[in-house]
Amino acid sequence: MSKLDSKIPAGPLKDKWKNHKDHMNLVAPNNRDKIDIIVVGTGLAGGSAAATLAEQGYNVKAFCYQDSPRRAHSIAAQGGINAAKNYQGDGDSTYRLFYDTIKGGDYRAREANVYRLAEVSANIIDQCVSQGVPFGRDYGGQLDNRSFGGVQVKRTFYAKGQTGQQLLLGAYSAMSRQIGKGRIKMYNRHEMMDLVIVDGKARGIIARNLVTGEIERHSAHAVVIASGGYGNVYFLSTNAMGSNVSAAWKIHKKGAYFANPCYVQIHPTCIPVHGTQQSKLTLMSESLRNSGRIWVPKKIEDAVAIREGKLRPENIKEEDRDYYLERRYPAFGNLVPRDVASRAAKERCDAGFGIENNDTKEGVFLDFSTEIIKKGKEAAIEKHIHNPTDQQIYDLGKKWVEEKYGNLFVMYEKITADDPYKTPMKIYPAVHYTMGGVWVDYNLQSTIPGCFVIGEANFSDHGANRLGASALMQGLADGYFVLPYTIADYLSADIRTGEIPTNSGAFDEAEKGIKEKIDFFLNNKGTHSVDYFHKKLGHIMWNKVGMGRTPEGLREAIKEIEEVRNDFWKNVKVPGEGEGMNTELEKAFRVADFLELGQLMAIDALHRNESCGGHFREDHSTPDGEAERDDVNYKYVGAWEYQGPDINTEVLHKEELIYENIEVKTRSYK
Amino acid sequence: MSAKKGLHLTLKIWRQKNNKSKGQFETYKISDVSTDSSFLEMLDILNENLINEGKEPIAFDHDCREGICGMCSLYINGRAHGPDTGITTCQLHMRMFKDGETIVIEPWRSAAFPVIKDLMVDRSAFDRVMAAGGFISVNTSGNTLDANAIPVPKEDADRAMDAAACIGCGACVATCKNGSAMLFVGAKVSQYALLPQGRIEAKRRVLNMVKAMDEEGFGNCSNTGACEVECPKGISLENIARMNREYMAALVDQG
Repeated sequence: MSKLDSKIPAGPLKDKWKNHKDHMNLVAPNNRDKIDIIVVGTGLAGGSAAATLAEQGYNVKAFCYQDSPRRAHSIAAQGGINAAKNYQGDGDSTYRLFYDTIKGGDYRAREANVYRLAEVSANIIDQCVSQGVPFGRDYGGQLDNRSFGGVQVKRTFYAKGQTGQQLLLGAYSAMSRQIGKGRIKMYNRHEMMDLVIVDGKARGIIARNLVTGEIERHSAHAVVIASGGYGNVYFLSTNAMGSNVSAAWKIHKKGAYFANPCYVQIHPTCIPVHGTQQSKLTLMSESLRNSGRIWVPKKIEDAVAIREGKLRPENIKEEDRDYYLERRYPAFGNLVPRDVASRAAKERCDAGFGIENNDTKEGVFLDFSTEIIKKGKEAAIEKHIHNPTDQQIYDLGKKWVEEKYGNLFVMYEKITADDPYKTPMKIYPAVHYTMGGVWVDYNLQSTIPGCFVIGEANFSDHGANRLGASALMQGLADGYFVLPYTIADYLSADIRTGEIPTNSGAFDEAEKGIKEKIDFFLNNKGTHSVDYFHKKLGHIMWNKVGMGRTPEGLREAIKEIEEVRNDFWKNVKVPGEGEGMNTELEKAFRVADFLELGQLMAIDALHRNESCGGHFREDHSTPDGEAERDDVNYKYVGAWEYQGPDINTEVLHKEELIYENIEVKTRSYK
Repeated sequence: MSAKKGLHLTLKIWRQKNNKSKGQFETYKISDVSTDSSFLEMLDILNENLINEGKEPIAFDHDCREGICGMCSLYINGRAHGPDTGITTCQLHMRMFKDGETIVIEPWRSAAFPVIKDLMVDRSAFDRVMAAGGFISVNTSGNTLDANAIPVPKEDADRAMDAAACIGCGACVATCKNGSAMLFVGAKVSQYALLPQGRIEAKRRVLNMVKAMDEEGFGNCSNTGACEVECPKGISLENIARMNREYMAALVDQG
């Protein structure tokens, strides 16, 4: 039935990775400089991979569209990174991290991959600390931990609210060291335009120098795609504006299967949309849910009064507040996983209890008042202040919150002009992380030989959902500790190949295709900007392929996206020239890809007749609104094969997911 | 939240085709800008208008729009990242401006940051300074010590974090009359100098980074403190002092 070979090694789960490493082919140190590797993207996955491969002695060419690798969007991750260190002695272990991740992923991820992720997680922390990443510490000088949604232990390491930034700067510093040594050739402000395949193997890329507009050919023995996720298909998302699917989509069109595109994580704690001029959404770290209580008014008239600005949330009495997560999920409360929290917010807002004064009336409160008082009382005891006044308690509690989350509170205030110490934050779910991506085997190789895909760009480790603090973990695990081994196994056959020439027919053809498209865009005197089409697509995606999906809605979406795409190719207007910086031309290429991917996402969502994780089908839910999974018919990875410009003709391949080590259960956080 | 208002503004924006051509200010009018919009969203609207009029949009750098990637820049009414404090341009909101106001928008102004186009500049000099020593020389092998085997006093870790919070946006350079990069370099030097892991090669690091900084054409620190005032992340001048101490100690040691 399927051409998909996951190449999961035999043997007991806990020994698979070790045994695999012990038996893989190696490239001897003296042969590594005969091998060139291209890495596209320099976030946590690409940056760590480039650094490690260069250290090992390969010639690395790294590409990023930003002006510096340090700007990759991994930088914006706030809350933390998980690792099974059990430093807090609360019973954490490799197995428990593995179990939580598989369960959190709604049993739609591979056991072997996830176990390996949990296994190397502890190495990541050691590595980053040795690189000088300033993680939070306690007064004894040891590392501190916090807990995150979907988890009942404290295993999350953090650097204030800037964990992604510090981890990325760690990887960037490791890259910088290799750039300084000449081991990495860094191509800033370059975009990969196409993959070049020679004799069935990935052998290079066509790139555009975004400053000069020059089309360049770059060859290598292997190509690593680390280009991140595709959340910007929705136009409004928490992704950086430039985050795009293009590299992953280009290889899909060249033969790499695209897996589970419908799995999109909607993050529960974003600042709500404020209006039609908005360009993107901003996340408030999930770690806030450790200290914040989520609620909406119990009475609908209170919600209306709040929206109209006639009532302040502080003035709603405790008994008139509906702490709906604590009510529905007593065991996990405000720390339920992201998909559960997001859907619960949608349910309350759909029922009319939303509190934000915007077009859609969508928003709920994230309230810190209980925590401020609790921590204030604790601090008073610690400081031997007997009979503290309410003001003293508040001040001490506020200080504690400030130390823990201060930068997030400042950021919130700058955006909304509201002081979250005094009045609860307003939050609403938004598109955040994409669990779908290019299908890869255990070695992180796509269905194109020599083309590897790591980090968010692949589909592998998060199943249908992603728990907090696990994306940073996967990015660095793939880049530092997995890919450098598995790619050697592939490259060991290439030590006599010699440099790959760039004057072959395959390069000619790929370059020609790109130049033709550029000519088309610049000469198509259309009527609408690229953003016009992108916003239309985003609107369809959010309404019909968003938090709740129905078969009718998805069928409509497939048709509507196709219409927008046809319109785009007729009526898009791209001003300026091809020579030199042209940001509209860059966007045109990216939106062209989003228009194809968006349709595939809807097709994938329609075929999967079940609810799981980030994919919630309203026609597959229990009477009390919980997701209803179908393990009998859908316990597989759905990987799509490109068949040409008509996306409707893509062919589905299935990789059955086999669970030998854990029992597949209904996820419950009650 | 306050009632939404539409602002009408006059924008004087620096236009420059590329690095080789001369630039000049152009004047644009824009209306109905929501006070809840960010400054970059206001420019998005202007660009949309320009495209619809068949003109070329204004090139400016931006990416995360969450104040953390450091990609956005802009000199707004004579200030790096505009009139608000402690933020990047993407977090500057239009409620900071008045209806009818004229806003002057320029690229970062520094010889070490050549203009690429319009408001976009080349900050790769920062990358080259980093490549000269902005790292700890440890292989990413996964064979390192257990993380808790390197205890770090909380105060040191916190101060290292404060220094490490630098986003490399270049506001410090742009705002300095000498175009000095000492706040940026000082922050990196400090982060590693404060941690036991970074002490081992601290001397080499500071010598190499300062040398690279000078070679890139950044000016010297004049102790004016404008960099600290305009830094979106509140990186303190203490870092420059610490870098100077580290540098002097390394020089003495070098003989």
